[in-house]
Amino acid sequence: MTYKLEFSALLPYWEDLAAGLWFTIVLTVLSTVVGIAVGTLGASARTFGPKWLAGLVRVYVELIRNTPFIVQLFFIFFGLPALGLKLSETTAAFLAMVINLGAYSTEIIRAGIEAVPKGHIEAGVSLAMSRLEVLRHIVLRQAFAKIYPALSSQIIIVMLGSAVVSQISAPDLTYAANFIQSRNFRAFEVYLVVALIYLVLAIVLRYVLRVIGDRFVKVG
Amino acid sequence: MSLVSIRDVRKSYGTVEVLKGVSLEVAKGDVVAIIGRSGSGKSTLLRCINGLETYQFGAILADGIEVGGIHANMRELRRHVGMVFQQFNLFPHLTAAENVMLAPTVVNKTPKKEARAIAAEVLAKVGLSEKMDAYPSQLSGGQQQRVAIARSLAMRPKVLLCDEITSALDPELVNEVLRVVEQLAKEGMTLILVTHEMRFARDVGTNLVFMHHGKVHETGKPKDVFAAPQTPELQQFVGGNG
Repeated sequence: MTYKLEFSALLPYWEDLAAGLWFTIVLTVLSTVVGIAVGTLGASARTFGPKWLAGLVRVYVELIRNTPFIVQLFFIFFGLPALGLKLSETTAAFLAMVINLGAYSTEIIRAGIEAVPKGHIEAGVSLAMSRLEVLRHIVLRQAFAKIYPALSSQIIIVMLGSAVVSQISAPDLTYAANFIQSRNFRAFEVYLVVALIYLVLAIVLRYVLRVIGDRFVKVG
Repeated sequence: MSLVSIRDVRKSYGTVEVLKGVSLEVAKGDVVAIIGRSGSGKSTLLRCINGLETYQFGAILADGIEVGGIHANMRELRRHVGMVFQQFNLFPHLTAAENVMLAPTVVNKTPKKEARAIAAEVLAKVGLSEKMDAYPSQLSGGQQQRVAIARSLAMRPKVLLCDEITSALDPELVNEVLRVVEQLAKEGMTLILVTHEMRFARDVGTNLVFMHHGKVHETGKPKDVFAAPQTPELQQFVGGNG
């Protein structure tokens, strides 16, 4: 073992790391918010929507859940231009993550919706509430409380999975790592540091999600 | 004129006919107790009145609106026809007061402050002023059912449907719920109750309906019907229930 650790070799690149980290955080937050909105609509359509729409959502969910994320990403970034739809790296990365989380969260939220007792829906309907009002005020509120832990885990998975977007040159944390080690040839140090940053990011995200959960997603 | 008018209603689940031509008139202020064996169609009939179940033949008019009619405004109908369930069905993520306030604020667009005043009033009526901010999980079964009654009352219904509302309660909690219903009856609320509480049906009811095999088998003033049941089926049913 003659390899000498040289972490100082990273110092000149700290701005690249910071920029990559910031990109990963923003990408994760935005795609989480939009992805869960997609999942909520998808789950609502699957359980309360017309048959054709429920079927359509089902196809979407199965398609995404049974193909690799990187292939979905490549399809959007390299495939769609063939149809005349050319997206920037950042837009393609965002879109791929939204579509991916949308599918997984559709399934998670659907499980929560189906766990709400039918009687609660009947009670809401009997109080002259419309189906949409029942869904919003009674069903989804309870569904989210039930599936919040599962959804939190999925969000962490999506954050970690976002490293893949470096493959289409979206300037995230992993992209920065690849760039730095190609300059200073310090692959061990660079990936060790970046792995630690992801670890801290995951722990912080988990904590933030728990605080949000305690504050907003509760059942008496 | 009847507040609720049920005319020759028939309903089938697949090939099984559960309502075989039921007719019933309910006037304002009536307290109608529907009794009968399980499977006789009494709960189904009740659920048809506010459109939770559909029926295939006949007609039900509630407050002048034909239930399930093509042009029926079911939302408008349900504002006037309240329902209380066997399983309470309180919303667990909301406090007692919030359970009561939900429909007034969402459906009637009542301002929050006013809705809270309504909640305070109806919860006092069912004797639960102290429990405004308690969650359902912190309440006993009897208290939960009383909140459910208050929740219906907050919409100021013209008729209240009660579907075996004491059947899921421990015996010692039944009376606190029945007392509330009795008080409502005294105040002139129109009530249609599916019940197994024979004594309550006799003492509080103004009309008794005995259902058997999907039909109204016998009907009349509760005291008369209980004193001298005409059909052998009711004789057996009343005898069996002591």
